Amino acid sequence: MNEKTALKRGLTREVVEEISREKGEPDWMLRLRLRALEIFQRLPMPKFGPDLSEVDLADISYYLRSVEPVASWDELPEEIRKTFDALGLPEAEKEALAGLGAQVDSEVVYRSILKDVRTQGVLFLPMEEAVREHPDLVREHFMRVIPPADNLFAALHGAVWSGGTFVWVPEGVKVEIPLQAYFRMQTQGVGQFEHTLIVAEPGSSVHYIEGCSAPRYTKVVLHSGMVEIVAKEGAHVRFTTIQNWSRNVYNLNNKRAVAHAGARVDWVSGSLGSKVTMLYPTTVLAGPGASTENLGFTFARDGQYLDVGARALHLAPNTSSRLVSRSVIQGDAKAVFRGKVYVAKNARGAKGHVECSTLLLSPQAKTETIPVLDAENDEVELAHEATVGRISKDHLFYLMSRGLTEQEALSLIVNGFVSPILKEIPLEYALELKRLLEISFEGAVG
Amino acid sequence: MRKLDLKGNLFPMAILETQDLHVSVEGKPILNGVELALEEGKVHALMGPNGSGKSTLAFALAGHPDYRITHGRILLAGEDITHLPPDQRAKRGLFLAFQYPPEVEGVKLREFMRLACGDQGHGFCEFQQLYPKAIKHLSMDELADRELNVGFSGGEKKRAELFQAWLLRPKVALLDEPDSGVDVDAFKVIARAIRELAAAGTAVLIITHYPRVLEHVPPARVFVLNEGRITQTGGPELARTIEVEGFKAVQR
Repeated sequence: MNEKTALKRGLTREVVEEISREKGEPDWMLRLRLRALEIFQRLPMPKFGPDLSEVDLADISYYLRSVEPVASWDELPEEIRKTFDALGLPEAEKEALAGLGAQVDSEVVYRSILKDVRTQGVLFLPMEEAVREHPDLVREHFMRVIPPADNLFAALHGAVWSGGTFVWVPEGVKVEIPLQAYFRMQTQGVGQFEHTLIVAEPGSSVHYIEGCSAPRYTKVVLHSGMVEIVAKEGAHVRFTTIQNWSRNVYNLNNKRAVAHAGARVDWVSGSLGSKVTMLYPTTVLAGPGASTENLGFTFARDGQYLDVGARALHLAPNTSSRLVSRSVIQGDAKAVFRGKVYVAKNARGAKGHVECSTLLLSPQAKTETIPVLDAENDEVELAHEATVGRISKDHLFYLMSRGLTEQEALSLIVNGFVSPILKEIPLEYALELKRLLEISFEGAVG
Repeated sequence: MRKLDLKGNLFPMAILETQDLHVSVEGKPILNGVELALEEGKVHALMGPNGSGKSTLAFALAGHPDYRITHGRILLAGEDITHLPPDQRAKRGLFLAFQYPPEVEGVKLREFMRLACGDQGHGFCEFQQLYPKAIKHLSMDELADRELNVGFSGGEKKRAELFQAWLLRPKVALLDEPDSGVDVDAFKVIARAIRELAAAGTAVLIITHYPRVLEHVPPARVFVLNEGRITQTGGPELARTIEVEGFKAVQR
């Protein structure tokens, strides 16, 4: 690897100032960082969910530029290039994407955008570049959807964010094929704190996909990204995440969208990797007629604790939300689903639907479903359903009676169970997920 | 050992045979020494009052793990399959059309059959060719791309079971109550498929307590099961006797 810019471990004012200086940031961003740091220093750890005591915030490197940005894949160091090749990124870029960004550790190392999309006026930039070149656009929304004071990890993120993507879609422009970002945590002991901000002007639409992975190290490491989405009047934003971090990653994210009048925001989240995940994509339905769909697929295996959820906050009349989760839990893993629908007093005619189904593949698998339906007016339609089950012996026998092996039959049943979510995931990822689901099923049948 | 009939002729070799089959469910004996022989290309009927053990026999033959064979043997084409798992039996050509096929969420009929065909040694090309043909033949067009049995009516489920049999061309097809919940017109489609299976060489066993079904698919042989044993064996006239006089007439 070429020269690296790394900071010493731990979080101090000096570290934050150095990150800002390294990036050549304007003063307002440095001030935002320092304010976030102050807030961070007085906020407590989350009081719910998994045990985070293993995360030593004083022993993390908050910034590392391990790879210099390049203009073509060939220029990347071989190790990184091989990884991206194996993930099929260059291929996907050619065939199915309007734009692609790839981040290693703290910095975006590769970015491309189709000429057609660029000439439509769409911005698809590394976050730092956007801060320097489009300060007004960024400043208007950056950490306004999720302010640093929202929670400890939002504050931490605000202080040390690095990398990520800025997307701006001009009024009425529809980006027909997806934009994609790929995040790789490459170096041991270095946290990743990328910031993604998507602003969709009125009547525009865009689909953004992010994927993530990391090599496995013995030491735990923190990923705490943030996604902010602003969907203006009548805009449609779809945000798909396929998270497959290695099993030493604490993945503690903040994702939130604001949907203005008639806008629609869809979240599709596949959570497969990490040691511990806390992830609750939220849509604030701020304008009349705004809607959101929040689809989650969680696959927790031995040793994992995936605490996920979905939230819809109805702040305006005639808004609607649909939160759907499918979880598959194997071994001694634990998966929690927190589904929250809040309806404000003035949000008459709001409709909310929460649906959570869990399939347990082992006697040791643990799960919890925590629905909160909270309406402050009576003119609403809210529904909640939850099921927890195991694979039915009769279903298994039926499939095997046609010649399918036990493994094939189980795999088909599990894939069928998650299919309502899987079919919403772009094909190349869906195939990968299907393969991941062909797993060991010992003790899976109830 | 080949058996001789009264005139000293060799019985045709059975494709499926049970010898002194005893089956327990949850420790409770249900079948007590069933002797059954099915012949290639023929339609057989297994009749008996409710609770006589008909479905138990079907599940035991297909290898359901809850149906424990405590004594006796099952031979398929001369091979002992008594202790094989269900998929191994299916691969050797045994098929069970369920009385109550389960609804399996998210599993597409097409994908299921593609896997089944592959496992049973039919090539992919063969499947590509046969599938649409079978869909058309069994009037399955509306069900072809649906989830497996999910939201199917009783009659649709039965049709889907026969569709699978017709596609997979088993050596032996056990059809558990293929008529229940099916209206007369829909049953004609099913009955035709059953006759075609037999004509193509499949040994068919229709399990029913409703003799009228057999008018559409005349059986060559009729077995009466009572209290876990075959108590009568005969030709089509046995079914007619049951239809007119009820099971009491044939019980010992």
